[in-house]
Amino acid sequence: MPKVTGRPDIPTVLVTTLLAGPVLAGLAGSLLPALGYLPVLGYDKFSTTPFREFISTPGLGRSVLLSFGTGLAASVISLAIVLVFIAGWSSTRTFRLLTRFLSPLLSIPHAAAAIGLAFLIAPSGFLVRLFSPWATAWTRPPDILVLNDPYGLAMTFGLVAKEVPFLFLMTLAALNRPHIQDYFRAGASLGYGRMASFFKVVLPQIYPLIRLPMLAVIAYSTSVVDVAQILGPTTPSPLAPRLVEWMNDPDLSKRLMASAGAVLQLCVSAAALLLYLMLERLCAVVLKLRYASGRRHKRENLARKSGLFVMVAIISAMVLAIVVLGLWTVAKSWWFPAALPQRWSLNRMSDAFSMGGPALSATLAIAIVAALIATALTLWLLEARSFRNVRTGRRLNLLIFLPLLVPQVSFLFGLQVLFLITGLSGTFTSVLLAHLIFVFPYAFLALSDPWKRLDPRFAKAAASIGASRVQIFWKIQFPLLLRPILVTFAVAVAVSVGQYLPTLMVGAGRIVTVTTESVALASGGNRQVAALYALLQLIIPFAVFSLAAIVPSLIFRNRSAMRLER
Amino acid sequence: MVSTPPLSGLVLEHVAIRLDGKLLLEIDCHIQPGKILTIMGESGSGKSSLLDFIAGFLRPVFEAKGRVFLNGQNLTTMPAQDRHIGLMFQSPLLFPHMSVLQNLMFAIPHHIKGRSIRREMAEQALTDVGLTGFSARDPATLSGGQQTRVALMRTLLADPKALLLDEPFSSLDQTRRADVRELVFQLAKKNNLPALLVTHDAEDARAAGGMVHWLDDSRNQNGCTGSVQPQEF
Repeated sequence: MPKVTGRPDIPTVLVTTLLAGPVLAGLAGSLLPALGYLPVLGYDKFSTTPFREFISTPGLGRSVLLSFGTGLAASVISLAIVLVFIAGWSSTRTFRLLTRFLSPLLSIPHAAAAIGLAFLIAPSGFLVRLFSPWATAWTRPPDILVLNDPYGLAMTFGLVAKEVPFLFLMTLAALNRPHIQDYFRAGASLGYGRMASFFKVVLPQIYPLIRLPMLAVIAYSTSVVDVAQILGPTTPSPLAPRLVEWMNDPDLSKRLMASAGAVLQLCVSAAALLLYLMLERLCAVVLKLRYASGRRHKRENLARKSGLFVMVAIISAMVLAIVVLGLWTVAKSWWFPAALPQRWSLNRMSDAFSMGGPALSATLAIAIVAALIATALTLWLLEARSFRNVRTGRRLNLLIFLPLLVPQVSFLFGLQVLFLITGLSGTFTSVLLAHLIFVFPYAFLALSDPWKRLDPRFAKAAASIGASRVQIFWKIQFPLLLRPILVTFAVAVAVSVGQYLPTLMVGAGRIVTVTTESVALASGGNRQVAALYALLQLIIPFAVFSLAAIVPSLIFRNRSAMRLER
Repeated sequence: MVSTPPLSGLVLEHVAIRLDGKLLLEIDCHIQPGKILTIMGESGSGKSSLLDFIAGFLRPVFEAKGRVFLNGQNLTTMPAQDRHIGLMFQSPLLFPHMSVLQNLMFAIPHHIKGRSIRREMAEQALTDVGLTGFSARDPATLSGGQQTRVALMRTLLADPKALLLDEPFSSLDQTRRADVRELVFQLAKKNNLPALLVTHDAEDARAAGGMVHWLDDSRNQNGCTGSVQPQEF
């Protein structure tokens, strides 16, 4: 294909503006109020007051430590679980079976997962009910702080349960690189155990591909709001949920304080990232020293079995959490310590459906439009780059990951202020734009690998018989990639549905989705309604993922090469 | 019928591999130490699945019958890492994150203690194949022939009891090919290893100088029996 230069690369410029623009503008919009400058509210002089007021908030140190500790611990534990499991079990039957469970778990929004897990592990939750009163002798919920515990253990657990599927699928994609399976064999034929082959031979080669997703997980976990509100400690809360509270305070001067906090949140997440990078270096050095030792590590049974056990435990917890959500939505009365509801009813479900109708349609509208735009833009970007023979290198990857590497609160505060000033706050457009910032990176992540794997000779063959660039795209590339394109669309929908903070901040209470509703309801007493909204969050991605699986099978039912490999 | 396998060499006893019930290949053969059996066949004739079966990598979608013995020991149900079978692949597969020396030291058994001894062994191996002074190099900067020679020494340093060669010369250009091939065969003989070479190049088979087993028809000689049904495409 000809190399085109000189003309501006429109999609790259567009993506840069879409991603870097809001992040940088948002950061500036948080920094200025933090320095006391917010003219719309009448603060037009720089001062250190917001910072001083913020620093003197009681319990601040503990909040910071909680954010830092739970976030970093959850990320590192998740990665360890994923790596040990993959090292011990990849390309076995067990592995393929569990993979089938892990992929759908990825599409569960954080808030829904947290609510389900809360109903599972709470003192009055499903697990305690299963063993009460016959084993525990409890006839009323025990007075123990399992949920919202002061050390954030429940919150860490919730984060791990959600990040494990994500890191797992990222690592799985990295293992798809050419020849990687041969390196497993090379290790084994030299006498190395499965796990030793993975850690010494395979992991060093694929780690660069897992690194950015891992950093995104750290940035997210150290600044998470919805999971923290549902499962996290409350006296005090971690930093991010406290900031959101101040931001929504009727006392507008608290916004300056919250902005100062947003700047601190940026530092907290940056410190966590930095500590992780140091840890990573250390591990690399230790590993390197061991390459030459020749130790085969053949006794790996215990490690393999523990890896499997932990993975199965996480999958079971998530599946159980969804089942419990389902039970609550059809329960009319379900008193402690009954393991199952005493009376069932579908009435509440239809009530809540009519009540949640507007939220559901808003969620759906935003998700579908955002997913359409993100998928189209990703295709445009990938097509333009391969047409120009530009490789999607590190710089572009870093740019696309930028919104995921900066804590959401840190720039959403500023973005909210900007939308307020421009009068866009609380509109469909502004919420859509805020969602796109987070949806696009995942769409790109989902599609760039399948695009790279598409044999370029198909396009060349079409070009050589006179097909135009437009024809090549619509007649060759698009149909060949229909399956991954639909999966990308589904991923994008799932990501959009799961967005809590962007909807809350930019929607300003006027745009309400099932996700913002369910987080608000989670702390209330009505489990039935909270469960129903959480379930509504699941239904949309599940429906879209099912469509993404069914449509290509129908279209290509007579094309055996277009089926998935076994 | 229970037969006792010979106590030395690599024995393939009534091996048959099927995919979806269709017979891919059948072979019954004894490779003496220091001898090379060449398996010839076009791509798709099941050569790789035979190697996978012997080395312990056969995917569960294949159905395999028969047994593999190495020096009298039944390998058939053993995990790959315990079989002591050295494998050379179509590409050298040097580990790109290690230096040439680390690649070699990685292969030396752990019971050989002492960093300096291990290092000396690796350096000596490099000298043996004419690559003195290459130890600190990044494997990616080596030519194809040099990489294959390092890969050969890496395989041998692990102290294998048999060698499987999966078209290891196919990536080399014509001029280097003969030299590297000669070196591999010579070292296999010197180490008294039974070797199995898979190739579709008749020149490789001639150079190996041992028995030749054809997967495509029944021109089998030298005590190897077995046949394969023609593939449908």
